[in-house]
Amino acid sequence: MSSSIKQDHARFREIVRGRIKQNLRKYISKGELIGRQGKDLISIPLPQIDVPRFRFGQKQQGGVGSGEGEPGDTMGQGEPQPGSGEAGEGEGQHVLEMDVSLDELASILGEDLELPRIEPKGKKSIESVKLRYSGIHHVGPNALRHFRRSFKQALKRSIAAGTYDAKNPIIIPIRDDLRFRSWKEIRQPESNAVIILMMDVSGSMGDDQKELVRIETFWIDTWLRSQYEGIETRYIIHDAVAREVDRDTFFHTRESGGTMISSAYKLCKEIIEAEYDPESWNIYPFHFSDGDNWSAEDSRLCLSLLKESLVPWSNMFCYGQVDSPYGSGQFIKDLKEAFPQEEKVIWSEIPDRDGIYRSIKDFLGKGK
Amino acid sequence: MPKRLTPRLTELQVEIEGYARDYGLEPFSQIFEVVTYEEMNMVAAYGGFPKRYPHWRFGMEYERLSKSYAYGLSKIYELVINNDPCYAYLLDTNSDVDSKTVMAHVYGHNDFFKNNFSFAHTNRKMLDAMGNHSTRVRRLIDKHGIEAVETFIDRCYSLENLIDPHSPFIRRVAAESDETEASPRDPIHKLKVEREYMSGYINPEAFIAEQRERAKVEREQARRFPPEPRRDVLHFLLAHAPLEPWELDLLEIIREEAYYFAPQGQTKILNEGWATYWHSKIMTQRAVRDDEIIDYANAHAGVLATSGRQLNPYKLGLELLRDIEHRWDTGRFGKEFDECRDMAERRNWNRQLGLGREKLFEVRKHYNDVTFIDAFLTPEFCIDQKLFTFEWKEKGDRWEIVTRAFREVKQKLLGMLTNFGQPIIEVLDGNHENRGELLLVHRHEGVDLKQDHAHDTLENLAALWRRPVHLHTLVDEKGMLLSFDGREHAEKALEF
Repeated sequence: MSSSIKQDHARFREIVRGRIKQNLRKYISKGELIGRQGKDLISIPLPQIDVPRFRFGQKQQGGVGSGEGEPGDTMGQGEPQPGSGEAGEGEGQHVLEMDVSLDELASILGEDLELPRIEPKGKKSIESVKLRYSGIHHVGPNALRHFRRSFKQALKRSIAAGTYDAKNPIIIPIRDDLRFRSWKEIRQPESNAVIILMMDVSGSMGDDQKELVRIETFWIDTWLRSQYEGIETRYIIHDAVAREVDRDTFFHTRESGGTMISSAYKLCKEIIEAEYDPESWNIYPFHFSDGDNWSAEDSRLCLSLLKESLVPWSNMFCYGQVDSPYGSGQFIKDLKEAFPQEEKVIWSEIPDRDGIYRSIKDFLGKGK
Repeated sequence: MPKRLTPRLTELQVEIEGYARDYGLEPFSQIFEVVTYEEMNMVAAYGGFPKRYPHWRFGMEYERLSKSYAYGLSKIYELVINNDPCYAYLLDTNSDVDSKTVMAHVYGHNDFFKNNFSFAHTNRKMLDAMGNHSTRVRRLIDKHGIEAVETFIDRCYSLENLIDPHSPFIRRVAAESDETEASPRDPIHKLKVEREYMSGYINPEAFIAEQRERAKVEREQARRFPPEPRRDVLHFLLAHAPLEPWELDLLEIIREEAYYFAPQGQTKILNEGWATYWHSKIMTQRAVRDDEIIDYANAHAGVLATSGRQLNPYKLGLELLRDIEHRWDTGRFGKEFDECRDMAERRNWNRQLGLGREKLFEVRKHYNDVTFIDAFLTPEFCIDQKLFTFEWKEKGDRWEIVTRAFREVKQKLLGMLTNFGQPIIEVLDGNHENRGELLLVHRHEGVDLKQDHAHDTLENLAALWRRPVHLHTLVDEKGMLLSFDGREHAEKALEF
């Protein structure tokens, strides 16, 4: 019965996909999608997927509602209130936002940028167990008691037993009435990959620069996640010293003072040594800065850290340099000189938002 | 695949249908099918039908419904098709009490379809027609390719609301002609001749020729095309747009389906109110068992729930019907009651006429949403239901409650229901500027068109007409001619 709607549905998804692909460059450079990210889905505003008609502008038309409130009271911010008069038969005219899974988005990104798929290294695959609350049981811990279901059960019982008094509607649940949420276990294979994001947050990295990093890392993250079943992300910020932070801090910290890139690379090395055996982990260090380092001495230290440990351990080491009015942009030159032939070291310059698209391809185009 | 009823459900159907008929409902014969929620979403995406022609928008609707179900925002319990026999679908997960409620509700819709005047001219074999349309469209896709067919359907769909919902039945193209009939009178003006032999002198050959020439020019000028503005734009396009046979076939299908669905849009409040009234009556008075009352009340409350302060057509319809029943039971109508100014007396008014049920059946037969609201919305009802109008305020960037005044509320409600809340657009001239261009006019009633949509729709119209198209409308209270010539949009201010 449902094969025909499946066809229509596939056709619709195809159209949506086409629209997203058309607009992908714009989405990427604007970064507008990032704020729309849910857990696994991202809602994408799609102009004009609804069929154009001669119709009224809703805002001028207004409508009729019911409920409390005085003239002049607000109806609720910005949310349109479709009137009752609309012929609602299967029109679906309010679909302006499509939920697309991050995987699908990654695959669109991959197609558009012609990214090769990554062949993960390592053999070990760990299974992880997740719990999902999905049902109702008669027994369970109090913490999982389902109040509404328990109450309803008690109400039913008292009406059936004839003890319910509408004038004095007190319901006392007994043990049999209680209902509890129950869960099932979901086993998921987890492959082993880690992204280590490092960013210079010294004074010369302004908000604009960090925004570029934020947008770029979102897309990189989305792509790598689509290539691995499970993936970990670690965040390191540094000025003259480095420290590990959570995601939020990573994108919102601004320090003043000098820059010692080596501090971040050292910390990165320590984290890998302690937790991510390069034999079984796919490791992706990314470092973003404006290219300004404290001293040539420190830069040399960076290069030797890279040569001795970080690069050999990683699938690839990526350095992204964002333009800043204060930065000298020296570090990328040092890298180019030190690793002229090394495929695993990838550098990319990100002059502005429009450069992000190109830069993502620089990083991910090798399929490492 | 949908399943026929289990013996248990068959029993319930017999029971519920018995109650419905006892109460005086006169439904078509009713067929229930049991479906999974996926199947229910599919049928709903197809507008209630198990089969439609292939088109992505059904997939879009399916996506929306499935998602809404998955998030627990909505669940479709019931779907009914206006068809003889009437088809309806039951969810396979329904409990007995759900099934009974749905069945009672369905008998309400079924009775409404059969007896309300708006549906009198709809195709009662639409299930077959939809299947037939599907086959026709599939054949066209095989011949012309999915891209071409889908693109053309997209264009037609964009114009789908340009029909005449007041036309009592769908006019066939072949059945009428747009040619202005030749006037039966002799167009040549001859001077009166008393004596036959004088005629050559009174009306000389040159004079006759001159008259003939003038008449010809006048006739050309007088030939308006169409002679009167046409509300049914789709019909005009079918008759006069230079379309390929396969395109005509598609446009005809879209138009036929639009006419079939139009009465449902015109009676949404009344129809849902009627079905809700009957499920509530049948359940509470006859069908519900003691241990089912909570589940029934829960489901019923769900039907009547309003989200935020939006109107719920089920609730509005039900409350208004109950109000009518109460008024006609107690005699709260007519001259004496209308002229009574004593509020206490009005409140306790009871002539014990008991005409409520009879009145309801009259309303069910002869009214649609517009006339229903127009005739029966009272100031008291407005207050009881806490109705108000709201508007968008640029200052403050928000929707605001404007007034609770009866007149304004009623006016706004009627405005929203007129022509399904769609703008009224007519064909004014199919030979605009004597260049075969198409001129439409928007009968502006206080609300402007949504501009971006109007532009895109003009493009679709031009694609069918294959010549430049124009639309008269008002923008910010100024006359405006929107044009699209196939490549560019133009706007011209107009003096009215």
